[in-house]
Amino acid sequence: MSGSDDAVLELRAVHRTHGVGPAAVHALRGVSLTVRPGELVAVMGPSGSGKSTLLALAGGLDRPTGGEVRVEGQPLGALDRRGLAQLRRRRIGYIFQQLNLLGSLSALENVALPLELDGTSGRRARALAMAALTEVGLPALGDRFPDQLSGGQQQRVAIARALVGERRLVLADEPTGALDSQTGEAVLHLLRRRIDAGAAGVLVTHEARHAGWADRVVFLRDGVLVDTTAPLGSVEQLLSGSDR
Amino acid sequence: MSIRHGLLALLERGQMYGYQLRAAFEESTGSTWPLNIGQVYTTLSRLERDGLVRPLPESEAGQRPYQITDAGRADLALWFATPVSRTDRPRDELAIKLALALTTPGVDVRSVVQAQRSATMRALQELTRLKYGSNRPEDLPWRLVLDSMVFQAEAEVRWLDHCETSLVRHQPSDQAPAPPRPGDADARAAARWAGEEARR
Repeated sequence: MSGSDDAVLELRAVHRTHGVGPAAVHALRGVSLTVRPGELVAVMGPSGSGKSTLLALAGGLDRPTGGEVRVEGQPLGALDRRGLAQLRRRRIGYIFQQLNLLGSLSALENVALPLELDGTSGRRARALAMAALTEVGLPALGDRFPDQLSGGQQQRVAIARALVGERRLVLADEPTGALDSQTGEAVLHLLRRRIDAGAAGVLVTHEARHAGWADRVVFLRDGVLVDTTAPLGSVEQLLSGSDR
Repeated sequence: MSIRHGLLALLERGQMYGYQLRAAFEESTGSTWPLNIGQVYTTLSRLERDGLVRPLPESEAGQRPYQITDAGRADLALWFATPVSRTDRPRDELAIKLALALTTPGVDVRSVVQAQRSATMRALQELTRLKYGSNRPEDLPWRLVLDSMVFQAEAEVRWLDHCETSLVRHQPSDQAPAPPRPGDADARAAARWAGEEARR
């Protein structure tokens, strides 16, 4: 998997080891992965296989002990803390199971916050935040505080915050959490739509049904990518049941 | 499910002739179950023999519509009220294959598991793609058919995950399982079970 000019995310032979000596834990061992615009890649694997580590490295929340991570061609290792923080705010959206919405801010303010922290004027940040809330189907609830929203609505606000502005890379870790299956599906639908509009995404999940939304599914085992699947476009065969 | 109950359900909407029935059947199953017109007419004649439908006079175009009878309605109601029996479904070749893989020397069971998981995952991706493209309200029956296949595929992946975890616990090293001894009662029972399953 060589470098690519249009890759939004590139992991090149990435290693992540925690600790040293005999007690060292090798969370990732030489993982390479390229994600292009319009592509959603799901990462599956048992607990402890390195899924969350991969996502943290992709988002610049953690640094590899070997190899390189690039976002839009920019090697994250070459950035200082400030540069990294700026890139994270501007280019990368995170959707976690823990929503991390600020209870003292309205839904609209929560969504606008990363933009305002980044120096966008208040008025423009709120306009962009409103567009993002509209995208997730909550244009009328911008004034509500998190505790006045249902679980599904809170998750949508968190997604709006991840998608607001010009984020090209969306990283999601079990984004549907404890949502019921319909609401969870709506969340994935939103994610898929954003990806189809040109973003790139990585979805960490242990739910096969959710990974089904991805263009590619990669399987991690003991810190190594063991397999990759992509649809073959053989719908007729699938429906007639003759694939068995 | 039998085609006859499918046709009865369609006739409950109103009278239809053969080609209409075939089109409506395929539409309501999202073409997951293609029917040929011969099957439709054979089924209709059996339904007529059993008094569950009655033919109406031919139209000017030479098409003969059929109508559901009261007996047909009762049969249909009974069908809807009766749960589908699990024993009526085809045997699960995959479960048998894995059971055999475990007791066959030289087979890398984890590879078998992973190959199947990739294939099933691929199917899930295809199904999800189809669902994503079917958003109109009138697509609901079709989406539910797709959902059924999605949930089955998901269950299969979950079971494969479970198999893999069990394998890891039983074999900390990557050694192939020991071949069963001829006198091993468990192996004999497993082979007998697998043989019976395969014969069904």
